[in-house]
Amino acid sequence: MTAQAMTAQAMPAPVLEVRGLRTHFFTRDGVVKAVDGVDLSVARGRVLGLVGESGSGKTVTGLSLIGLIDAPGRIVEGSVRLAGQELIGLAPDELRRVRGRRIAMIFQDPMMTLNPVLKVGTQLSMALRAHERIAAAEVRRRSVAALGRVGLPSPEQCLDAYPHQLSGGMRQRVAIAIAMLHRPDVIIADEPTTALDVSIQGQILHEMQSLAAETGVALVWITHDLAVVSSLAHEIAVMYAGRVVEHGAADEVLSAPRHPYTRGLLESVPGEAAPGGKLLQIPGSIPALVDLPPGCAFRARCPRADALCEAMPEIVGDGLGRAIRCHHPLEAA
Amino acid sequence: MSAPLMELRGVSKRFVRRLSLGDRMAAKLGAAVETREVRAVEDVSLAIVAGETLGLVGESGCGKSTLGRVAAGILPPTTGEALLDGQPVMSRGMNPRKLTTRVQTVFQDPFASLNPRRRIGDTIAEGPIAHRLVGRAGAEAYVAEWLGRVGMDPGYAGRYPHQFSGGQRQRIAIARALAMRPDLLICDEPVASLDVSIQAQVLNLFLELRRALNLTCLFISHDLGVVRHVSDRVAIMYLGRIVELGPTQAIYADPKHPYTQALLTSVPRLKRRRDVDRHDFRPIAGELPSPLAPPSGCHFHPRCPAANDTCRRIYPAHTALAGDRMVACHLHAAKDGAGLGASGLPKAVAAP
Repeated sequence: MTAQAMTAQAMPAPVLEVRGLRTHFFTRDGVVKAVDGVDLSVARGRVLGLVGESGSGKTVTGLSLIGLIDAPGRIVEGSVRLAGQELIGLAPDELRRVRGRRIAMIFQDPMMTLNPVLKVGTQLSMALRAHERIAAAEVRRRSVAALGRVGLPSPEQCLDAYPHQLSGGMRQRVAIAIAMLHRPDVIIADEPTTALDVSIQGQILHEMQSLAAETGVALVWITHDLAVVSSLAHEIAVMYAGRVVEHGAADEVLSAPRHPYTRGLLESVPGEAAPGGKLLQIPGSIPALVDLPPGCAFRARCPRADALCEAMPEIVGDGLGRAIRCHHPLEAA
Repeated sequence: MSAPLMELRGVSKRFVRRLSLGDRMAAKLGAAVETREVRAVEDVSLAIVAGETLGLVGESGCGKSTLGRVAAGILPPTTGEALLDGQPVMSRGMNPRKLTTRVQTVFQDPFASLNPRRRIGDTIAEGPIAHRLVGRAGAEAYVAEWLGRVGMDPGYAGRYPHQFSGGQRQRIAIARALAMRPDLLICDEPVASLDVSIQAQVLNLFLELRRALNLTCLFISHDLGVVRHVSDRVAIMYLGRIVELGPTQAIYADPKHPYTQALLTSVPRLKRRRDVDRHDFRPIAGELPSPLAPPSGCHFHPRCPAANDTCRRIYPAHTALAGDRMVACHLHAAKDGAGLGASGLPKAVAAP
């Protein structure tokens, strides 16, 4: 059974469905296959954790979903369906009507979202008026409500502040408020708490959790931090070298990983091993994505690799809601 | 515990904005010129015993890196002193200078801490040659030995930093520091910029070398999981002050300071059991205050669920607790466990 069939049966009507997504960058040094065949789906009110290390293609996947890939990059192949509507191949102005209204993105650095020379209120109003014709009073009312909803203490004052007058956590809250303005179907969050302090990260995770549950928005949470996904995500997709290598319910994947890479990642995290003890480590480093050799990209670092791994494994469902891309998966728990 | 190897006595570090020529002239003419002062570290006393690893944990801006730099003799303390075996790490006076090479530092960013225009072998050999740990003739073999010890091919000595990945560079930075044969190694967020799988490699290397060389370390990190894994004792910092100190196991099992408690519950931890509830964050309320204008009294009181009137007015004295622990909190001051020989720990210091 394929991953598609598997995830379709595991979840009710996904609002975002990604099939066979390939995003390649055509550089002077060769073709960088940053995303090379990714299948994902998320249902309303659910959180999908997209986990990977740097260079695994998780951010490029996120940018591809929202149509923000610039030259020399290009979506070579694949389908992204948002509530039934195909986004790949949409004309730029059609895409603009979808982006920000029905699918939004939050970035790691809120200053990527916010314009440093405009007041917060101006930016909220621009975002609102990009998709709706509304009166000034209504703009203000909705802006204040949006800022209040993300836990900013004094939304009225915040409207008149410039981004540099806010702390990192408050800026990220403003970015989240902008993403939530039009009550989108899907929000893609790319490491939104990585740059924040732990106590502020806790607050934001807490709020995103309740926002997703209350508003029914589907979240794609891109992160390298397994601890964050373990407390937030319903499902997890683990990426390695541009491909999803394991996909399933978060608790299942974390408690009984079946791909050797997932297991290696989990056991690398301090806190699992006895203090002072040796951590299980994955030897070697992440391969460069230019001219990847054929076959499983993880095989050079994998303890289970053999001759079979010189052929790329397909991602295969186990019939129990898990999909694994490996010739020699670990036993199911 | 024996006598401390490194002792910080009442160390404070303040940064003052340097006045421009115009400001100085205006000040001479009697104008009120704003001189804002950042109190990065405020009255910190700490002792590190030979052979132990002390973890220093805090959020950004709490002064943990500044404290590390004072201990390393990179920054002179504004008041107080940093002593290694009873000798100051820096000279006093107008232009204080680092006196000892016995404290070495591994920095967070291995892209910034290695000179991009030098071969890594030269970077590693420079200090030992300058300080006569090794002669020029023996330098090559010495570098090869240290590269081997950090798990790298000795043949890489002729390469430049850009030819290495982040994890490899951090190994080189560790080799550079250890080649000086330091008594105290200060690690300032050594794995924060590395990917998880690489982080585990570097942590394993660190643990291995620590055992083999019997290193004494000050391990600075914001990552509670990492600190728990490597440290014997932990000091928790908040806005320039140590709020709690004690053996790692005890602090993680039973944190006493409300900030430590909040920190431990608000940090997402990897949960691998199926039965745990996903929705169990208890985030700390409020923002991290600016060290330019720390709150009155206990700096944590605006965010503390248990704050009372005393907390708003007076900074709590350090209270020694059973089991070689210390906490700076009014909630615990009442049940002062007097007469506990807190050996190796700083004496309870009353803050002004």
